[in-house]
Amino acid sequence: MSTDKLRRMADQIARNFEAIGHDNAVLATADHINKFWDPRMKAGIFGDDWGQLSPIAAAAVEKLAKGANPPPQTGATEFNKVDEVGHNDAG
Amino acid sequence: MGYEPQQDFGTPEVQSDKQVTLTIDGRDVTVPAGTSVMRAASMAGGHIPKLCATDNVKAFGSCRLCLVEIEGARGTPASCTTPAADGMKVETQTPRLEKLRKGVMELYISDHPLDCLTCSANNDCELQDEAAAVGLRDVRYGYEGKNHLGTVDDKSNPYFSFQPDKCIVCSRCVRACGEVQGTFALTVDGRGFASVISAGQKEDNFLSSECVSCGACVQACPTSALMEKSVTAIGKPERSVVTTCAYCGVGCAFRAEMKGEQLVRMVPWKDGKANHGHSCVKGRFAWGYANHKDRITKPMVREKITDPWREVSWDEAIGFAATKIKKIKAEHGARALGGITSSRCTNEETFLVQKLIRAGFGSNNTDTCARVCHSPTGFGLSTTFGTSAGTQNFDSAEKTDVFLLIGANPTDAHPVFGSRMKKRLREGGKIIVVDPRRIDLVKSPHIEAAHHLPLQPGTNVAVLTSIAHVIVTEGLAAEDFIRERCDWDEYQDWARFVSQEKNSPEFLEAVTRVPAETVREAARLFATGGNGAIYYGLGVTEHSQGSSTVMAIANLAMATGNIGREGVGVNPLRGQNNVQGACDMGSFPHELPGYRHISQPDVRELFENDWGVKLDPEPGLRIPNMLDAAVDGSFKAIYIQGEDILQSDPDTKHVSAGLAAMDCVIVHDLFLNETAHYAHVFLPGSTFLEKNGTFTNAERRVQAVRKVMEPANGYEDWEVTQLLANAIGCNWSYTHPGQILDEIARLTPGFAGLNWDRVDANEQLQWPVNDKAPQGSPIMHVEGFVRGKGKFVVTEYVPTDEKTGPRFPLLLTTGRILSQYNVGAQTRRTGNNIWHEEDILEMHPTDAENRMVSTGDFVKLASRSGETTLRVLVTDRVAPGVVYTTFHHPNTQANVVTTDNSDWATNCPEYKVTAVQVTPSNGPTDWQEDYADLAAMARRIETVEPAE
Repeated sequence: MSTDKLRRMADQIARNFEAIGHDNAVLATADHINKFWDPRMKAGIFGDDWGQLSPIAAAAVEKLAKGANPPPQTGATEFNKVDEVGHNDAG
Repeated sequence: MGYEPQQDFGTPEVQSDKQVTLTIDGRDVTVPAGTSVMRAASMAGGHIPKLCATDNVKAFGSCRLCLVEIEGARGTPASCTTPAADGMKVETQTPRLEKLRKGVMELYISDHPLDCLTCSANNDCELQDEAAAVGLRDVRYGYEGKNHLGTVDDKSNPYFSFQPDKCIVCSRCVRACGEVQGTFALTVDGRGFASVISAGQKEDNFLSSECVSCGACVQACPTSALMEKSVTAIGKPERSVVTTCAYCGVGCAFRAEMKGEQLVRMVPWKDGKANHGHSCVKGRFAWGYANHKDRITKPMVREKITDPWREVSWDEAIGFAATKIKKIKAEHGARALGGITSSRCTNEETFLVQKLIRAGFGSNNTDTCARVCHSPTGFGLSTTFGTSAGTQNFDSAEKTDVFLLIGANPTDAHPVFGSRMKKRLREGGKIIVVDPRRIDLVKSPHIEAAHHLPLQPGTNVAVLTSIAHVIVTEGLAAEDFIRERCDWDEYQDWARFVSQEKNSPEFLEAVTRVPAETVREAARLFATGGNGAIYYGLGVTEHSQGSSTVMAIANLAMATGNIGREGVGVNPLRGQNNVQGACDMGSFPHELPGYRHISQPDVRELFENDWGVKLDPEPGLRIPNMLDAAVDGSFKAIYIQGEDILQSDPDTKHVSAGLAAMDCVIVHDLFLNETAHYAHVFLPGSTFLEKNGTFTNAERRVQAVRKVMEPANGYEDWEVTQLLANAIGCNWSYTHPGQILDEIARLTPGFAGLNWDRVDANEQLQWPVNDKAPQGSPIMHVEGFVRGKGKFVVTEYVPTDEKTGPRFPLLLTTGRILSQYNVGAQTRRTGNNIWHEEDILEMHPTDAENRMVSTGDFVKLASRSGETTLRVLVTDRVAPGVVYTTFHHPNTQANVVTTDNSDWATNCPEYKVTAVQVTPSNGPTDWQEDYADLAAMARRIETVEPAE
């Protein structure tokens, strides 16, 4: 997949988490990519030149590439458990 | 079921804590205080003759037919305007009343054509019925006097006619137009004997007037004065079936009134909990597409998209598709396959498509049209509240004091709810409109917004944050509510953020272009004006910060304590009929039905045990990612049910490149839509009239869809999906959508209490429906947020990358118009084209003058993505620097111009902000001409020589 587009997506996510502080934003960006990106998109960004990413995005991608599996950082990634209703009805 | 008119209680229902008991014709009746004597009689099973009264408009008291005698009262009061009272004794049938009523009826009939046998309302006419009820046998005055006979009929409207000589000037139509629809297009012109019903001004007819063809007047008419042309042509219906409209997310309930297999008319069902007997031009009249000549009813295949289509049997088409799917899976793996579920199809059909993709194809590459409309709602509201569906039912609007309407145009896109809003505004509610355009709710008859914030497109977050700034810095936040219901620390972080000077209306005015004082006044009104409810649409979500805007909306609702009771809440207005349901049914690539992430082992195990297959634990591709992956060669085949992504999705050239790169595109639709140009298999679809199932509307209300005629293609859509599934090795054996609903209930906690019996009983429940809420959940977050504490989220304004400049100095924003729906596949094949036969570009007079273009001129609309041509309408509804158009017509394809920018969290396209230039043009662009050639080539169907 076009790494330009993946880069743009990762930077956009990072930019919108920026207000919560660098460390939190790194975790939130990593969590977001982990929960919403298809494996080939993840592979695409992992194999990219991280130097071209914003610092937050680069740190997030690095974490994931090294195998991190961050716990949910936002309400949007706290999905319903198996028998749960209404915890996160993201429709 | 035979044909029975809907019961008419004569006057509207009254809500009251107090009950009164009266005696009517010797029978005791207990009714809510304020109920009319007429309604009380009707509730007791009686009938008082009436003509000017009907239960969807207020009592009028003009026809004098409903007179009654009340013990102790003087005269013979009209029962429609007389409230029932405790101890009241009423007689509805006495010799005196009979004489009076007969006299009244005699006068009506003396000026009415006596052509009952050939009248379109014969045997379905209240005048005829009441004449019989009062026992009229002759007219002493004769028929030769001055009368209204021989008038000219008004047939200008495509769907109904007005015959003035059949009119009894009861004013029901005028009142329905005003009270129910809120358009006020009709009036009684003249006085006394000269009184006639008039649409618009004297020189107008129904078509040229402000009439919006909602049909309320036709429904209210007691004679054939206003009559559906379909009834005139076909005759009186023989039976009726209650079903749910397949247009917008309001989810209006209708009676499909049938004659044999022929649909005669769609009439809004009074017991519909979403619409309460009202309708719009689309649901009421625009159903002709179901039998349109363009409908494809035979399966077709072709090896290459340059080949003509070849009609084949179902077996051959399904076999052809299955062979390709299996081959691609064997050569490229399951992740090369995917599909798109339809927000126009039923819950059961949508559930099956995502099941086919996950369990049959073996990937999670499933997505739905919510990707391009309300996916930011999911992200934003789940982050803040823990549940993303609308928090209210539509009835809640009746208790709202201040509406905050952002990026939505309900009178065009959700007309029946728009009428509800207008009604509340006429009763004293106030509205703040945040929209770049001066929509009808800013100013129209009897409606005037308290504030209009005509913001620059792309600055929603800035405007909402500046409103929050005012609320917090002026001490207007609902601290008690916040302390009890929300995370206080997070609130304080957020309050500090919004209080910064950079978030003040004065600082942000340069960006938003909304005068700071207007923002301040609007903020004060919303925070202090009583029950505040926020309604929003795609003008919020379809931005690069769509998800942030939704969170900013949720922040505002929590900061003002406007959550968890009637009259308040956060309410996304869903575009398509079953967007909510499509999301609920697990259409998104990262989650299974019930909003449970695919990576959770116990969630997968639940489905794996039920479905008997292993599921991929990784999220799949979203629609734009599928197209990217197709161009890159890793995504090879797609099954698209009931979506036309080539026309509806942004950056058309990118969509067509993605589709063209695939080895197998299967389109399952009613028509050879634009996407089908790139298809190898076409599976004919069935309309909502031809299938059983359920739709879930914007209120989370699950309603029945019922088959009223056999599918023209031979199969309901869920059956076609099942054929395809079984051809690739699934072993499904559903025989009715109720079995699919059982599976949904078994696997989805929010639907645990639903089954076909409850749906079929028209319970119209709002999810969650389970042990905790067996009767459903009209209002969410009543006791507390489902996620625990409400979460305030800092939403920093991040300008879009889409910038204006010398080459592209204007901002284009797109939207809908009342008469057309989405890509227009349905409405363009109906009489609705009379109102909107092409997409029009709205442009401010200053911008038009600078470019020397006038209304009606052809112009070229160009962006960094592409260009098209269309005609201009010069209007100050749009602000200088902003242009607006719709995307209903494929020969325009506004999405050639829109970009691939998208929401940061969900990839929802940024349809609402595109930098463009507009220049005079002589004709279509090269792209339009090439596209017309492509469409002609792609739609060829091989002619088979008849056998000798």
